[in-house]
Amino acid sequence: MKAIQTEHLTKQYKDLTAVDDLNLTVEQGELFSLLGVNGAGKTTTIKMLSCLLAPSSGNAVLNGYSIITDTVAVKRTIGVSPQETAVAPNLTVKENLELMCGVHGFSKEKQKEKAAELAHQFQLNSILKKKAGKLSGGWQRRLSIAMALISEPKILFLDEPTLGLDVLARSDLWDVIRSLKGKITIILTTHYMEEAEVLSDHIGIMKDGKLLIVGTADELKEKAGTNKFEDAFVALVKGAE
Amino acid sequence: MKLLAFGTRNTKEILRDPLSIVFSLGFSLILLLLLTAIQANIPVSLFEIQELTPGITIFGLSFMTLFSATLISKDRETALLQRLYTTPLTASDFIFGYAVPIIPIAIAQSAACYLAAVFLGLPFSIHILYAVIMILPISILYIALGLLCGSVLNAKQVSDICGALLINVSAWLSGTWFDLDLVGGIIKRIAYALPFVHAVELERSILNGNFRECFPHLLWVLGYAAVTTIFAVRSFLWQMKKQ
Repeated sequence: MKAIQTEHLTKQYKDLTAVDDLNLTVEQGELFSLLGVNGAGKTTTIKMLSCLLAPSSGNAVLNGYSIITDTVAVKRTIGVSPQETAVAPNLTVKENLELMCGVHGFSKEKQKEKAAELAHQFQLNSILKKKAGKLSGGWQRRLSIAMALISEPKILFLDEPTLGLDVLARSDLWDVIRSLKGKITIILTTHYMEEAEVLSDHIGIMKDGKLLIVGTADELKEKAGTNKFEDAFVALVKGAE
Repeated sequence: MKLLAFGTRNTKEILRDPLSIVFSLGFSLILLLLLTAIQANIPVSLFEIQELTPGITIFGLSFMTLFSATLISKDRETALLQRLYTTPLTASDFIFGYAVPIIPIAIAQSAACYLAAVFLGLPFSIHILYAVIMILPISILYIALGLLCGSVLNAKQVSDICGALLINVSAWLSGTWFDLDLVGGIIKRIAYALPFVHAVELERSILNGNFRECFPHLLWVLGYAAVTTIFAVRSFLWQMKKQ
């Protein structure tokens, strides 16, 4: 069974097609990056796949569940770390983790167990009692990803997880993402070419709502005839104009 | 369980904002003290403690509108609500999760006002308990107004419209600060077409043991509460879909 399979997935606004006839397949356990310039349709795609937005037409099946007819089942299998940091600022780190356990209906015992497990995995133990709103951007992102993993999702959506972070914080988050590779399917959107190249098994490039090309970083470089991934991205996007 | 987790989070968000406590409880108590002191020196029948306390208590409830509207509008502006929309929480979990935690805060605030009034000379009777219980349907009106405003306005607009306009309108047209009969005319007609004066009159009639007088006012409050709740739920669902 594929982790994600989209079939002619389309999102149409009045005079804008944000996602246009997207046909995409993501295998179980792989890290798939979606790249594209602003307005390419990456976030809209993620919003449709995570049942935040209803498609105008087409469908997507996640682990066998349709985003149109099985939204409850889809929501049980996914975790989402949105583009902006999505934490409750007046709650402590521990309370944020427990909030996510609670909204997934975990028992008190499982709440404690999962919160402790994620705190250990993401090295949050030293800041458990700090209010989330007082943390640095890097730690907030780390907490945000930990919160997305509370429900033990089979598919994790990371929407520009390192946006605005300094080099060290970004490197730390890459380590976190690497540690998840192979265990769950990860869909990553990013503007950082290096990030996509280093972390991804496969990369899809979008432009104006359309999926231009899918391949490994090496395949995309070969296709564009360059050695640098960033040059390959520019060449492939400009070549589509 | 899911609703409890979300409701607990909302309670913590409200109570951990010190301004919430200062405005909802502190401001009402200060007004009660101040106007009772004025009444002691310059007697005005409107500011007698059994008339004043229900008005101040209802005035305090307008801050519940502000709290719920602020919480929802701020959540809408952050990605937290977006994240929660991808969890198994249902639309009713969200609506009850935002509304229910404010009810005990409203009851506690009202009880504190009546308790302070007892120390300021309000005769202690079982009617005080009835008046506090009657806060329940009235608070639903104010919370629904918050849900409505929070669903359609952004945080800045909530601050302007709920924080300034609504609190002032609900105060000035409640018959607490001046006698509406003395003003008369269109102001009185507008005031009695709105629910705020009825909420105050309802509390006054309960507190004074005039139970028969309370029913028309109760109907006004319940009517407005029902209509506002319907609009609030529809608006919340609309913005949820839009999100």
